[in-house]
Amino acid sequence: MTQNIVEIDNLSFGYKNRTLHKGISMTFPKGKVVAIMGGSGSGKTTLLRLIGGQFKPSAGEVRVTGEVVHKQSRGGLYQLRRKMGMLFQQGALFTDLSVYDNVAFPMRELSDLSESMIRDLVLLKLHAVGLRGAHQLMPTELSGGMARRVALARAIALDPQIMMYDEPFAGLDPISMAVICDLIRTLNDALGITSIVVTHDVEETFSFADYIYFVADGVVAAEGSPDDLRQSTLPFIHQFVHGEKDGPVPFHYATGDYKQDLLGPEA
Amino acid sequence: MINFLRNVGSNFIDQIWRLGAGGRLFGLMLISSGESFRRFRLVVREVYFTGVNSLVIISVSAFFVGMVLALQGYHTLQKYGSSEAIGVLVALALVRELGPVVTALLFAGRAGTAITAEIGLMKATEQLSAMEMMAVSPIARVIAPKFWAGVISLPILAALFSMIGILGGYLVAVPLIGVDAGAFWSQMQANVDWQFDILNGVIKSVVFGVACTMIALFEGYDAPPTAEGVSRATTRTVVTSSLAVLALDFALTSFMII
Amino acid sequence: MERTTIDLWVGIFVALGVAALLGLAMKVGNLTTSNIGDTYTVNAAFENIGGLKPRAPVKSAGVVVGRVGDIRFDGATFEAIVSLKIDKDYKFPADTFANIYTAGLLGEQYIGLEAGGGEVSLAEGDKIIQTQDAVVLEKMISQFLYNKAVEPVAAATAPAESTKTDDDALTDSPLDDLLN
Repeated sequence: MTQNIVEIDNLSFGYKNRTLHKGISMTFPKGKVVAIMGGSGSGKTTLLRLIGGQFKPSAGEVRVTGEVVHKQSRGGLYQLRRKMGMLFQQGALFTDLSVYDNVAFPMRELSDLSESMIRDLVLLKLHAVGLRGAHQLMPTELSGGMARRVALARAIALDPQIMMYDEPFAGLDPISMAVICDLIRTLNDALGITSIVVTHDVEETFSFADYIYFVADGVVAAEGSPDDLRQSTLPFIHQFVHGEKDGPVPFHYATGDYKQDLLGPEA
Repeated sequence: MINFLRNVGSNFIDQIWRLGAGGRLFGLMLISSGESFRRFRLVVREVYFTGVNSLVIISVSAFFVGMVLALQGYHTLQKYGSSEAIGVLVALALVRELGPVVTALLFAGRAGTAITAEIGLMKATEQLSAMEMMAVSPIARVIAPKFWAGVISLPILAALFSMIGILGGYLVAVPLIGVDAGAFWSQMQANVDWQFDILNGVIKSVVFGVACTMIALFEGYDAPPTAEGVSRATTRTVVTSSLAVLALDFALTSFMII
Repeated sequence: MERTTIDLWVGIFVALGVAALLGLAMKVGNLTTSNIGDTYTVNAAFENIGGLKPRAPVKSAGVVVGRVGDIRFDGATFEAIVSLKIDKDYKFPADTFANIYTAGLLGEQYIGLEAGGGEVSLAEGDKIIQTQDAVVLEKMISQFLYNKAVEPVAAATAPAESTKTDDDALTDSPLDDLLN
């Protein structure tokens, strides 16, 4: 029996003037790597923030380990967040702290561990992402891929049950990409955590994800294992997976007739 | 015309919103200040960045302000044959007004902008979000220590400003112009009251410290997370702080004099 | 070891600030000169205190011996009750004279004490009986002008009377100028 550690139930959310999600339901079973895919601006990152309780849904709910996120008190929410780790798009390392202090930050803030214990743990986490040798560097001295690995080490510092990755491959070279891919999978399996990956990189995601949700126009457009989706005949999925520029997702932003525009209003 | 009025109206409403948001941040910050005092190291670190790093600009400005005061004061006072009163003039001007006010204005330009830019960038690079997701409150961990550091630093800087300014005035009045040193100090001592002048000056600088730091923190926290947003917020910090300091100075002075 | 240098600098910074404040209070302000330790309070009633302010100096023979405490209006006698806080080190006889003087022609007003010859000293809560009011310049000038108009000869003596007890030379001289 697989237990769902995160459940999104008929969720709707919108900013001031536009709705982003119109009734999304997803389940994230324990120990799996689940990817959320979709075009730019389809609200994938916002979904992660909703799971993390940084936004409140306008309808529906998100449950993490059975508890409704947006109904938590401040203390309850912080308690829930201690079960989560999140890797931000650009790493979001604290620029005034060294790599070592960045990884040690959550331990110093949230636990009563002694400094020597913290040192062992920090080096352990940094070793896991292959950057033990870089512990005295400042974040500005790191490359994009290294920064993201350090951020990953920081995110797993307190052994979360859920890891969320926000566009982990954006702006990385192929080697760094492969490294991150590999890390997501190995950390997931080695630590027995549940991973939620938000991305639009088809190739990488299909190589390591257990299950994939496609989000488009505020709803789940398709879902399934990578193999299922590859076979999918849905026009949208086909366009996305094969990277065709025109299809159900139009190349042109919705506008009037081109001929009309060129001829001008007097025609 | 209608458009103009509409703009004015919407700007006004926007400012009220911001005032409310600022007040809310202030309240949240006060509630979560306990941690800043339990972990005073965080505050000490920020005192270094806001206070110690402003020492040079404060000292140099104070020195020149004091010298100019003495020159101008002497020019006017000697017409009335009371050039010995120059010490009083320099000291009172510095202790009551220029010390707290000019220090606060310089503080807004030097430390305030640094605070806004730092918080704005932390927000733009999602560092604040990351902290939040780690279940660490950015208000308790980042905002509150900076606030208390500002409130501690500004009165210290203002006191230094007054002291250095008086020394600058002394250098001009006594060795340069030739006013009697004894008269300079004794007139000053006889006419500067430690409670009504010096203590009130300290009260002013504490109030300015609260205002300047809070404005800088709020502008950074409220800044749109883009390069343009942060740069605009930085400018706004200087403008708003300066206006707030001058308006508060008027209000406080009218309270203190009556 | 960046932390210790920061601590050191902040320490220096705070020490400088405290030193500056102390310097302001001691060297610039009158904390040292006005800090009259223990005081005792005596009251004096005046019909007119002119521009006397709380915390104005109380002087005897030109030396500051105390400060004016508070100033109240007595609704029964229609007089001003001024409390004087006098340094415990100085004892004054019970028949001491309290005058309100002006420093210079337009300067601040202060209280001058002229010791009497009595055996008993003033104690906490006592009242000084003999007082002289503030000299109100406008009153004097109008009186002088009035006298001069009505009785040109007598005018010369009238203002001199009111300044007789005033030992401040500065108050005298401009009036002399007016006469000539």
